[in-house]
Order: sequence, then C-alpha cells, then structure tokens
Amino acid sequence: MSDTDAVDPEEVRHVAGLARVDLEDDEVERFAEQFGDILAYFDALDDVPETDREADLVNVFRADEVHEGLTQEEALQNAPESEDGRFKGPRVG
Amino acid sequence: MAAQDSPGEGRLVADDFDDEHGAFLTVERVEGADDGPLAGATVAVKDNISTDGMRTTCGSAMLADYVPPYDATVVERLKDAGATIVGKTNMDEFGMGTTTETSAFGPTDNPAAPGRVPGGSSGGSAAAVAAGQADYALGSDTGGSIRCPAAFCGVVGIKPTYGLVSRYGLVAYANSLEQIGPIARDVEGAATVLDAIAGPDERDATTRHDTRDDLADEYDGQHPAAATTYADAADGDVEGLSVGVVTNLVEGADEAVVENFEAALDDLRAAGATVHEVSLPSVETAVQAYYVIAMSEASSNLARFDGVRYGQSGGYDGDWNETFAKAREEGFGEEVKRRILLGTYALSAGYHDKYYKQAQDARAWLKQDFDEAFEDADVLASPTMPVPPFELGESLDDPLQMYLADANTVPVNLANLPAISVPAGETDRGPVGLQLVGPAFGEETIIRAGSALE
Repeated sequence: MSDTDAVDPEEVRHVAGLARVDLEDDEVERFAEQFGDILAYFDALDDVPETDREADLVNVFRADEVHEGLTQEEALQNAPESEDGRFKGPRVG
Repeated sequence: MAAQDSPGEGRLVADDFDDEHGAFLTVERVEGADDGPLAGATVAVKDNISTDGMRTTCGSAMLADYVPPYDATVVERLKDAGATIVGKTNMDEFGMGTTTETSAFGPTDNPAAPGRVPGGSSGGSAAAVAAGQADYALGSDTGGSIRCPAAFCGVVGIKPTYGLVSRYGLVAYANSLEQIGPIARDVEGAATVLDAIAGPDERDATTRHDTRDDLADEYDGQHPAAATTYADAADGDVEGLSVGVVTNLVEGADEAVVENFEAALDDLRAAGATVHEVSLPSVETAVQAYYVIAMSEASSNLARFDGVRYGQSGGYDGDWNETFAKAREEGFGEEVKRRILLGTYALSAGYHDKYYKQAQDARAWLKQDFDEAFEDADVLASPTMPVPPFELGESLDDPLQMYLADANTVPVNLANLPAISVPAGETDRGPVGLQLVGPAFGEETIIRAGSALE
C-alpha cells in the first residue's frame, strides 16, 4: 500500500478528539495509513445506484405502564465510584 | 475459583476445568427450570449477552469486571426452557473481528483445526460446541459472527431474520444489523434452541410484534415463532426445492472451498433439489456498505463507555472530556478504536453523504436484489466463508484484508434475512461451511434444506 493513500495524521487526531479516544503517537501513524487504504476501498460506494428505501414496517407501541426496574443499588453496582446513591463523575468543565 | 494465566489473563476458569482450546472467559453454572424442551441440555453463552450475576466482558478490558444486574431475554428464555448455562465464551472485542483474536483475553484455538482460528466473532461459542464442552451455544451475528465460526469449527450456526429474536440484554455493536442465534452440532439442535429463544419481546421494540390482538387485522397471520416448531423442519426433505447459487460469492473463493461446496450441491441435487445460478450485482459493494454502517453505529453505541456508570474508569484528574478519553484509550483495544474512529469520520460533517448515505443506498439495492432472486429460488447458496480457517496470528496486521473475508456473510445482515451455515466437508486447512439464505422469516426453509446435508 503506498504512502500517498494515507490520511493526514492531524485528521486522525481530530476524529479521535471528536470520539473522545486518546491515541498514542504510533497509533495515530498506523491509523493514518490504514484509514487511507480503507477509505479508498469505500470509494466503490460512489457507483451504487440511488435506490428507493421504503421499509414495509409499522411502529408498535406498548401500553404505557409502570414496570419494576433496577433498584438504585443495582444501577450503581458497576460504577467505579458512587456517592450518596449517585454516580460519581469527573468535573464537567 | 482461580483465574488462569494461560491462554489469556483475566479469565475466570478454574484450574481443574478442561478448556484446552481457550473457549471460555468465565465458567460458572446456572441451572434452569426442571422441565422444558431443553431440560438436561448445557448452553454456553457469548460474553456480550447479559447474564444476571455472571460477569459479561464483551472480550474487552473495558468491561473486565462488569457484572450485569439482569438477564438478557434470550438467557431468561433458555433457563425457562430447562437449559443449564455453563459459562461465557470468548469473542472478538465487542464483536469486532473475524478470528476471535481481538479479544482482550487472548485467542481461542480451533478444535476442528488446531493452530488455526475458530472464526469470529463468536469463536468461543463455536469452539465450545465443537469440543463438546456444551451441547449448544448462543452467538450474535452482526456481519457473520455466528456463521463464520460455525463454518470454521465444523458446526451449525443460524443467523435469524432481523426481529425474530430479542436483542434485549445484548451489548450493542450495530443495532440495525445484529441478531442473537444458536450454534449446535446438528441442524435439529440449532433449531431446538431457536424455538426456545424466538418470539416478540416488549423490551425490544425491533422484534416482530404481530401476535398482538390490536394488530390482528393488520397482519392476518400468526407470529412465525408461535406458528412454527423449527425443530420439526429438520426433516431433510428437499424434494422440489429450488436452490439459487450466488455466483458472485463463489467466484474468487479458495479452490478447495469451492470443491467442497460443489460436492454439497451434488448432495442436494441427489436428494431432489434443483440448482440454478443467480447473479447479484449488489453484493459487490456489500462489504463496503456493511463496514460503513457497522462502524457508524458502533461509534454511537460505544459512546456509552465513559468509565462512570460502568467499565474502566478514567480517574478524576482533569475534566470530563479528558478522563473520558483516557478511560477509552485504556479500555478499548486497537480494532475497536479503529472502528469507532472510522465510524465517527463517516458520520462527520462533509462526509456523511459520501459514506453513510451511499451505504444506505447499497443496503436498499441489496434488499431489492435478494427479493428478485427469491422470485425464482426457495433458498440461495454460497460457501459461508470464501477461505478455510486462517492460521492463528496470520491476519492481525492488515485490517482491510480481514474485512474482505466477510464478503459472503455481510449481505445477509444488510438485507435482514435468515441464514444457516452447515458443515460441507474439509480442506487440508480445516472445515468448510455452506451457507443457505432464506426469505425474511423463512427459517423453516433453510433449516429443512440445511438438514438435507447431514
């Protein structure tokens, strides 16, 4: 695979930022090269004819009734940390 | 219970439990109801299907300690049917892979072809069944993840029609594509498990719901899961069955695979089926469409892993965005990061129309092609995998090469159709599977046709 296909590493960093995934420098480089090949492969979609997408489906709604759900304890049991019956997260800004 | 160091750290498999192929991540027994159609049967469950009180990792370090507080609907139904759950099986991380090698807990060996991969992503489930560690297993199939490992391990796997089986409690990877389904050593066994798990579920709005009284006028039939006993369809009767061979999915396949495939077609002819060729031009862009859609859905689904409510924590230094990104760097493996990033890219401003929208066109085109093909055929046939099982470690470096191996399985998910993979001989590199695709909710037909090959 030629280097000319590679995506700009800055673009990989930008997308990683949008997706909230930190990457090591060597990962950025590897992804830049692989993404070039994969995106070039996806280009074949340009030749797909426009097609009607009518799904023959109807929505089904269940009755709006109260059901038993998880207890507060169950909902919190997998949280790395909790406080006063709440999830504990990092500061927001 | 001692965690064993080999073949992968972090597994909860007792030292005295024989798991020489590394099929399991957690071995724990839960007895089901005393009677039922699955009384006395053992079932291994893929580790992305929630089990109440039993660790569910998705093959990821992110969820290495995650213990669900509830059962998936399919697990509840298995227990109600009398089955005993024997543990949770290894898988590609979050279902993202074709070899089970992207698991954070190390690989699984193929019992039917030692030294080779069991296929993926439900590789542990197929290996457990092939090795006789469980009578049956559950897998999930987003782009072939039941059928590929069934083919590679020489067992039977069914990917049901989208909406036949509840996804409640399945940790989502790509919602619009995936279904839970059975793996077994024979077709009747797989059909028996399908009987137990199929049917509407009010907790999954995408299950087919036409048994409800208020919809009786709209749909004049009964729900297929209620009207049918799938196990009864495994009678091997293919007299007069019309089989369309999808030529696009045979050309380019490995020569030894094609030889075995042709021999299986001869068996179907000998049993009274007729075989003709079909060309489906739309399958040529199925892999591209599948990966764009699956990655896009994954980028959204996996946004939930923030290390706050469950999963690997990013700590409390820095703000939300920083700890979130750190948790995800540490918790996710490389293939998962690759798919999240490519999905984010495909959905981002300026690229959405080029990738995501065109992929949806390709998906609609495929559905149209399949509909037309079913005007002249009862089932469509191809090799399940175009190649025999890879050697362990062979395909890890080149992701695109791995994606291409899914060419024959992904069209079925994109068209929401049912398909079965049945054993169809062996190459010197391992087993071959034959895939039979049916029309929507045509599970009986593919089960009947598949059973003719046993």
